[in-house]
Amino acid sequence: MNQSQLALASVTRSDLRTEPKLVRAAIIAVAVIFLTVFVILPLVVVFAQAFSKGVGAYFSALSDPEALSAIRLTLYVAAISVSLNLVFGLVAAWAIAKFDFPGKTFLISLIDLPFSVSPVISGLIFVLLFGAQGYWGPWLQSHGIHVLFAVPGIALATTFVTFPFVARALIPLMQEQGTQEEEAAISLGASGLQTFFRVTLPNIKWGVLYGVLLCNARAMGEFGAVSVVSGHIRGETNTMPLLVEILYNEYQFVSSFAIASLLAMLALITLIAKAVLERHLDEDQRPRGD
Amino acid sequence: MKINVRGVIESKMIEVKNIVKKFGAFAALDNVDLKVADGELLALLGPSGSGKTTLLRIIAGLDWPDAGEVSFDGVNALAHGAGERHVGFVFQHYALFRHMTVFENVAFGLRVQPRAIRKDEAGIRKRVKELLDLVQLDWLSNRYPSQLSGGQRQRIALARALAIEPRILLLDEPFGALDAKVRKELRQWLRSLHSEIHVTSIFVTHDQEEALEVANRVVVMDKGRIEQIGTPGEVYDNPATAFVHGFIGESIVLPVEVHDGCVRLDGRALNIAADGVPSGASKLFVRRHDMQVGPAGNGGLEGAVRRVRTFGPIQRAEVALSAGLGDTMIEIDAPRDREIQPGDIIGLQPRRYRIFGA
Repeated sequence: MNQSQLALASVTRSDLRTEPKLVRAAIIAVAVIFLTVFVILPLVVVFAQAFSKGVGAYFSALSDPEALSAIRLTLYVAAISVSLNLVFGLVAAWAIAKFDFPGKTFLISLIDLPFSVSPVISGLIFVLLFGAQGYWGPWLQSHGIHVLFAVPGIALATTFVTFPFVARALIPLMQEQGTQEEEAAISLGASGLQTFFRVTLPNIKWGVLYGVLLCNARAMGEFGAVSVVSGHIRGETNTMPLLVEILYNEYQFVSSFAIASLLAMLALITLIAKAVLERHLDEDQRPRGD
Repeated sequence: MKINVRGVIESKMIEVKNIVKKFGAFAALDNVDLKVADGELLALLGPSGSGKTTLLRIIAGLDWPDAGEVSFDGVNALAHGAGERHVGFVFQHYALFRHMTVFENVAFGLRVQPRAIRKDEAGIRKRVKELLDLVQLDWLSNRYPSQLSGGQRQRIALARALAIEPRILLLDEPFGALDAKVRKELRQWLRSLHSEIHVTSIFVTHDQEEALEVANRVVVMDKGRIEQIGTPGEVYDNPATAFVHGFIGESIVLPVEVHDGCVRLDGRALNIAADGVPSGASKLFVRRHDMQVGPAGNGGLEGAVRRVRTFGPIQRAEVALSAGLGDTMIEIDAPRDREIQPGDIIGLQPRRYRIFGA
């Protein structure tokens, strides 16, 4: 009795959709095949290759001094560029969302610039500025400051490429929340800083985390721009993505894929964290005071 | 200075002089002058776009005028930012801090005070408790704004504004977002609260009934200018301009021609005087209940009754004015004892009326 009711219900439901069964199955199959070939298979290959010579080989590849240096540099560069972009992004989003000024639209498109420029070009910009024949390169070098082929250059290029993430996450959120709560705080005697830390920031905290998460994922994974400015000095200016390529070109597949597997895991963790944050972000967006 | 059980509240006289505020080419405020007496409860009444909210925000320090002066008790207020003016502001959509509890919302103004004058935690708790008692919502102190009804949010917003012991209280459309029944209750509540704490208060509204019922004095605004300032009775009974007559209370408006004190509608002389009105095209304003019904054929206005409805003590008749009298449909209110049937031809004589040059 119960089962026949269920069957009946499923029949009526599927009848509501007009596509024939065959078409539906074909569409779903295409989606599944696409995902398998382009997302799941590569991920499986990365881990399979990394562990192809056993667990011992995997961990010895990761504990190689060159690998450790690349991991350290990647974390270091990500920390610098994420914190810089956190400050820039907050300031830019605050200015755009809470104030009206001439040139606002221009500023918004300027923030998006790194997304529309090829990362290699972004790297070249810094070569033009800081290279031996560049605008500021000779002067800086004569003062003993090395930007290109050193950590500062890598950090600059990464910061440039990842600039939009925090600002992009915050602008729509802050625009939707409006300025009334800030005005209320000011009229109650709060200073600008008190207003920011007690009212503005708590209202956007999930948006900030969301932006930081995406910014960090991109900063650690950036290849093109960093490749141009890094100089590929082994054990010094190779980040994880750069090292993956070098090792691969030297036919050290286990080492190469071992490091690639770390980046893949970062991607998976980012994906899960993103899903969690998106749920919280809905809370921020819902105007609870209204 | 007024003293009450909740401590000393020093309220202030507000003076606004020649305020001009433009948004691009649009003049939101065009030379506005206003004096608000100490302890007054004043309504700024006008249609949307009349500049009333802009004026309120300028007094609060949330907007700055392009020209003009604002002073509190003779002291220039424009030299101070919003935070230094000791003005309590209640926002139209309450603007409660969404991530704070009701208690923390009310406590906010006390917590951000400079350390030298800030109360200790026990003092803050005591003060917030007093304020929540004042608005009769102390049982909600651990809730978040999203868990409150509109009327409760409104009262919490008011308690929050009062926490800083403001010398002036400004309310932007305080009842605008509430349903009719809650509105009515809150109006009475605001009046009694004002008579209790007696702080100089200004509220903005587009609802004439609200302004006339709650305020001691009403400022009628239109297109960035003040049209009239007066008690509720004055603005209703003696509107200063055509705009005020049309905006406050329902009016019958007829386009007339004034010539040497003689009033004509479509060429036909009406039996009314137009003393002091310059000759030319004008507008005749009559309240619906000021149109007296009489027999037709005495000259003056007449028309055919189309429909009659009764509301309590009055009956409302739709009358089509006779051809040559503007060909318009008007609504009049007559006492129930006067017999009116659809189809009757009746004469109409304005008992009280105003004529304004068009």
